[in-house]
Amino acid sequence: MTAKVVITGIGVATPNGLGVDDFWAATRIGKNAIGPVTRFDAAQYPSRLAGEIHSFTAEDHLPSRLIPQTDRMTRLALVAADCAFEDAGVKPGDIPEFDMGVVTASTSGGFEFGQNELKKLWSQGSQYVSAYQSFAWFYAVNSGQISIRNGMRGPSGVVVSDQAGGLDAIAQARRQIRKGSKLIFSGGFDASICPWGWVAQIAGGRMTTSDQPERAYLPFDADASGYVPGEGGALMILEDAEAARARGAANIYGEIAGYGATIDPKPGSGRESGLRRAIETALADADLAPGQIDVVFADAAGSPDLDRVEADALSAVFGPGGVPVTAPKTMTGRLYSGAAPVDVVSAVLAMREGLIPPTTNVTLAPEYDIDLVTGQARTASVRAALVIARGQGGFNSAVVVRAVD
Amino acid sequence: MGRRVVITGIGVLAPGGIGTKNFWSLLSEGRTATRGITFFDPSPFRSKVAAEADFDPELHGLTPQEIRRMDRAAQFGVVTAREALADSGLDLAGFDPHRAGVTIGSAVGATTGLDNEYRVVSNDGRLDLVDHTYAPSHLYNHFVPSSFAAEVAWATGAEGPATVVSTGCTSGIDSVGHAVELIREGTADIMITGATDAPISPITMACFDAIKATTPRNDDPEHASRPFDSTRNGFVLGEGSACFVLEELESAKKRGARIYAEIAGYASRCNAFHMTGLRPDGREMAEAITVALAEARMNPESIDYINAHGSGTKQNDRHETAAFKLSLGEHAYRTPVSSIKSMVGHSLGAIGSIEIAASVLAMENNVVPPTANLHTPDPECDLDYVPLTARDHRTDAVLTVGSGFGGFQSAMVLARPERSMA
Amino acid sequence: MSHQEFALNDLKRILLEGAGADEGVDLDSDILDTDFEELGYESLALLETGGRIEREYGIAFDDDAFAENRTPRALVAHVNGLLQSAA
Repeated sequence: MTAKVVITGIGVATPNGLGVDDFWAATRIGKNAIGPVTRFDAAQYPSRLAGEIHSFTAEDHLPSRLIPQTDRMTRLALVAADCAFEDAGVKPGDIPEFDMGVVTASTSGGFEFGQNELKKLWSQGSQYVSAYQSFAWFYAVNSGQISIRNGMRGPSGVVVSDQAGGLDAIAQARRQIRKGSKLIFSGGFDASICPWGWVAQIAGGRMTTSDQPERAYLPFDADASGYVPGEGGALMILEDAEAARARGAANIYGEIAGYGATIDPKPGSGRESGLRRAIETALADADLAPGQIDVVFADAAGSPDLDRVEADALSAVFGPGGVPVTAPKTMTGRLYSGAAPVDVVSAVLAMREGLIPPTTNVTLAPEYDIDLVTGQARTASVRAALVIARGQGGFNSAVVVRAVD
Repeated sequence: MGRRVVITGIGVLAPGGIGTKNFWSLLSEGRTATRGITFFDPSPFRSKVAAEADFDPELHGLTPQEIRRMDRAAQFGVVTAREALADSGLDLAGFDPHRAGVTIGSAVGATTGLDNEYRVVSNDGRLDLVDHTYAPSHLYNHFVPSSFAAEVAWATGAEGPATVVSTGCTSGIDSVGHAVELIREGTADIMITGATDAPISPITMACFDAIKATTPRNDDPEHASRPFDSTRNGFVLGEGSACFVLEELESAKKRGARIYAEIAGYASRCNAFHMTGLRPDGREMAEAITVALAEARMNPESIDYINAHGSGTKQNDRHETAAFKLSLGEHAYRTPVSSIKSMVGHSLGAIGSIEIAASVLAMENNVVPPTANLHTPDPECDLDYVPLTARDHRTDAVLTVGSGFGGFQSAMVLARPERSMA
Repeated sequence: MSHQEFALNDLKRILLEGAGADEGVDLDSDILDTDFEELGYESLALLETGGRIEREYGIAFDDDAFAENRTPRALVAHVNGLLQSAA
């Protein structure tokens, strides 16, 4: 028997909301949080818009001992982890240490921390590099710091698959629970809005150069011109459903019911993208037919070639216009490893309210035969949702989230 | 009993041992590949030694485009993945490509590439607002090291699940462990897996200097890595990669594949204690070992050889010794333990996979590689560390372990398939 | 630049910058003879602190400086000793 794995706690921090309530209040009404970069002077760069988190002061939430040794993305993740624990009603000591673990995704690690140390190395000398550089920037840091802060000594891990990693981490967390762990933290955070991170993202060639916050990140729109990067993410507490009920968990948001992942063939091979296969695998894993999916949270790359692949895969699986599709990340920009965990959060909150949050700013281009929820949120009974995440290099991941009675 | 997972192909690129054969020669002869750093001027650094690989990407068949766009670590990974696939004799063309996946471990990703490119776009740190016009398009591939998994997938034709596993210095075990889980649960039938790191760059040397983790034994580079020796004073940074082809046992048998070993058990735990420090009792590593043995349905007594993490830092070697005693009891004293880091250095995320390769080759040859440079044992490290010379020793099952920053502790049990499930 | 002095307040400032302070520890109380470990500073925090002192004051610690000088009083004296011998 494979255990049913459910979400019992959520911590979320995005440009349009800190904490579940704020986040959902903003997301359900389509509150845009994309704006000019303020964390540094971006005037000289071809891309100048970002989804920034403005209202977060790490010192208000974390001990001062942790501040000098953490990148921004780690601080956000640590605070989100605290919130998720509180939301789940789990207190230290409730669950044996070796039965709790942390599996997170990362895209670029603590890139801003790394930037500052690289600058010291090359402008001042090697002896100026911080003692914390040995871990503060690396991809494993969030799993490590969360496990230390919360006394979690069970199976843990870190995956890096660009934006798809957020779902790969959730799948790995589910695997660990099925192998016997009681509680696993999962999700992802990234925050690389710093000059060095900005230049690396520009090099990827897919960032928009638009200066208009409402016309910049427009997936499936005739004016699609690339994406706007954002910062933030979400962490969830996953538990075995029976164990969660047994401890009287206050929130059982939904079940991680299915997962599938592929990588596209080498560019130029002429073979089909693996996205359709990833979706089909996730549906089969959840034992659901396409007709049983009530909404798709799209990856929504915002580049015409990638949007085309995604729309084609959705049409192939669900039929033309066969399922409502949405991309609330148009409000926040793309959050890298944090994006898909945030979409999973949106999916379970959509189930709870019976409301599909909108894809803001977008007018669906006629060439895509998908039912994109644009303009305003749409009332709907949502019992099962598909979340898609894709990463540069051809990573495709899909997760099915199902309501729990 | 569910699906069992076996290794059917190996590719290794280690300092002093490029290719599986050369790698095993180095280990079995007890030679060391540590030396004074030649990649850049090491004079400003506290530690000036490393285990460098003399690697020529063109000789290994990489095209100029591949060489340009890939960080050195990605190049290593592609070379060892190709070698492993060729070694396995597997032709992926006959398989559903979506049933073949990739997991590649790496602790620090493209850190060398990032260090190099940062110097350019910042004009050696002069610019806060670094200049994008000097950034090459492959900088994004350095920014997100999942590019390593994509490159390996493209090089081998795998189109199933693909990811980079990045758990610091246990990445090389955890990546393979992750791949094993995907085959066991039925998500994939074939996995190209392993790990790679090429961290020998100024930023990495500087960050380990800052915490005095690397050895300052600059006057004697060939004997600088001294695991379990009372004179040890830090690890020697290394680089390299090892990749494997993993298959489900029955289908490997059916195609008549050469089976090197079964991955019989794997587990990972966290110390939840400190990002760089270790609890002296070794409890988490012991727990990982115990769970890996249980998964393999093996007793501590069935372990014939322990391939240690043995980094050569003061705290690690004692921590690990304690963990072996805690998990294996009296058997720990009867079992040969050795650290190949004494010869090939510590290549961070890659070393776990390189050590899996060494473990498999120890079984293959019934020879336990030595711990080089071990002349004066630390009284607190009182196990049999196979000093200086390799030992003929019947080896049917090996325990290999890793320990890393972030508190990760991992253990894997490798065994001859005909023995482990008797 | 000649004979610089290293005072407890300098140490406290550098500790706070490089490693913060544990909850429940008041650096403004009488800490001169309290072990760094008791104040919540483990080896990593002390390495960071040591690096900052070295850079700011242009001195170099031996590897075991913090093992031998476990309290603020001992460390302040040690730093001043190094400063004097450098002057």
